[in-house]
Amino acid sequence: MNALALLGRYFSASMRSQMQYPASAIMLTTGQLASTAIEIVSIWALFDRFGAVKGWSFGEVMFFYALIGISFSFADFLTRGFDVFGTDFVRTGAFDRLLLRPRSAALQLVGHDFRISRFGRFFQAAIILTIATSTLNFVWTPQAALLALWTVAGGIAFFSALFVLQAVMAFWTVESLEAVNALTYGGVYAGQFPLSLYARWFRTFLIFIVPLACVAYFPVLAILGRSDPLGAPDWFLPLAPVAGFVFLGLAFLAWRFGVSKYTSTGS
Amino acid sequence: MPQILVQDLAKTYRVAERDPGMFGAVRGLVRRRWRTVQALKDVSFSLERGELLGFIGPNGAGKSTTIKILSGILRPDSGRVEIEGLVPYADRIKHVGRIGVVFGQRTQLWWDLPVIDGFDLLRDIYRVDPKRYRTTRDELVAMLRLEKLLDQPVRQLSLGQRMRAEIAAALLHEPSILFLDEPTIGLDAPSKLAVREFVKKLNQERGVTVLLTTHDMHDIEALAQRVIVIGHGRVLADSPFEALRANVLAERRLFVDFAGDPPTLDLPGVEVRKRDGRSLELAFDPRITTAPALIAAITARHAVEDIHVEQPAIEEVIAKFYDLHGANEA
Repeated sequence: MNALALLGRYFSASMRSQMQYPASAIMLTTGQLASTAIEIVSIWALFDRFGAVKGWSFGEVMFFYALIGISFSFADFLTRGFDVFGTDFVRTGAFDRLLLRPRSAALQLVGHDFRISRFGRFFQAAIILTIATSTLNFVWTPQAALLALWTVAGGIAFFSALFVLQAVMAFWTVESLEAVNALTYGGVYAGQFPLSLYARWFRTFLIFIVPLACVAYFPVLAILGRSDPLGAPDWFLPLAPVAGFVFLGLAFLAWRFGVSKYTSTGS
Repeated sequence: MPQILVQDLAKTYRVAERDPGMFGAVRGLVRRRWRTVQALKDVSFSLERGELLGFIGPNGAGKSTTIKILSGILRPDSGRVEIEGLVPYADRIKHVGRIGVVFGQRTQLWWDLPVIDGFDLLRDIYRVDPKRYRTTRDELVAMLRLEKLLDQPVRQLSLGQRMRAEIAAALLHEPSILFLDEPTIGLDAPSKLAVREFVKKLNQERGVTVLLTTHDMHDIEALAQRVIVIGHGRVLADSPFEALRANVLAERRLFVDFAGDPPTLDLPGVEVRKRDGRSLELAFDPRITTAPALIAAITARHAVEDIHVEQPAIEEVIAKFYDLHGANEA
């Protein structure tokens, strides 16, 4: 059985085990929807008081917010195993169990769990996207839709990379994982606003170090048909999400290094 | 060529030492103090196809490290391992497809899924041919009496039931080698017997090579033809258990209930271990005197109500052995 078919089996096993507790799955999903909904209310409050912020309207910011939310919810759904790697695999020794099976550890971690509740954030973001569309009177041309899919794909790769890096950290320490959590959840938050609002050093960081801007800010400009007020060339904007995939590739290189460190030290 | 070949294995760990308290944890992030622990110094042995080996030693002796290296999840510092022509840690994915591993204290099944669903997933993970899988699974289910458990989620099983399911899970891909790490830990008596009986059958009828680590010496007594004792990272003994017993604690015990007060005995090679009312427990060296001769000598002179002979319990033999080698808990 090939890796993709095996992931399908893992997926259905994960769904069945969550369906052992259907009420819990529904409540967790609703909870995610409600808690993320509060975020958008706080952003609305900001714009309601100040009108546009540095030339960005609330509708446009909702667009950033929604696409980031959709990307993150899928990444969180797919890489749960990496998210809990330090606590549930390294600390408990369960990682040995994965290494005892004739499949790559990364594949097994992806298959470890698919949390239904992550769709709470997805639904919330999808609703915001609908509202943003009508607020801006935005017309979804086929090009815009394709570009949005491409942006989300890059975003999924980007956030998945953050979860993989968080797991890599666990090979060295299982005690400072909160530091990486600041990157993942902080990333979601930072990506919800247009890059031009940030200070120069932070913009550099979000473009070249942790390339969040490449999977949010730049391609969303392209979707909205705006030029970058910071001066990035128009041809670059739709290509930017490639950075998400490059980032993911680098994260997996780090992962391999971590695994080989683990098998040589046993901890 | 033996099926499992282990030569001059050595492995050193670096263990981070951390100061207590929150400041200790913070300091530990910046600068760590390391302590080295030499888990394996020099371990060599080989195993032929179809052997059943008991691997014993006190905690910290190097058992788990050896098992981890043999199963491909840990790389030794030096030495050589070859199992069916593969180097486990160099060719992990290929190697682990050929072995089965059961850890007594860890589950490999899916907690919230029915047992049968976990088995099906393992079939896909190990790429077992579906037809072949059904045959193997049904045999294992029958041998381990799992019929009634198949539809239950793993979390609802008792420890004994779960261990039987775990063993079946480790064998679905028909490995030619099985590593059992404390398979009877925490089990009740009937479950222990069931596990032992199954392992014996698997070894004798299927010719599966079994490497068993345990602290339960009854497992060793019931199963192992050969025993390796490991301590301080070295192989301290490698022999059939009876040979180990003969070397370490050859003495036998004679329990005598006298009709009256027990007499003072003065026989060559015999020592009184315990005196309790009318009963005596004697230890004798079978190389100096035999049980029949000793019984004859006692019953000729004294009135005796009951008499029986025992060997020292296997735990006692092993404890004595650890003691002799200074191998108590490292």
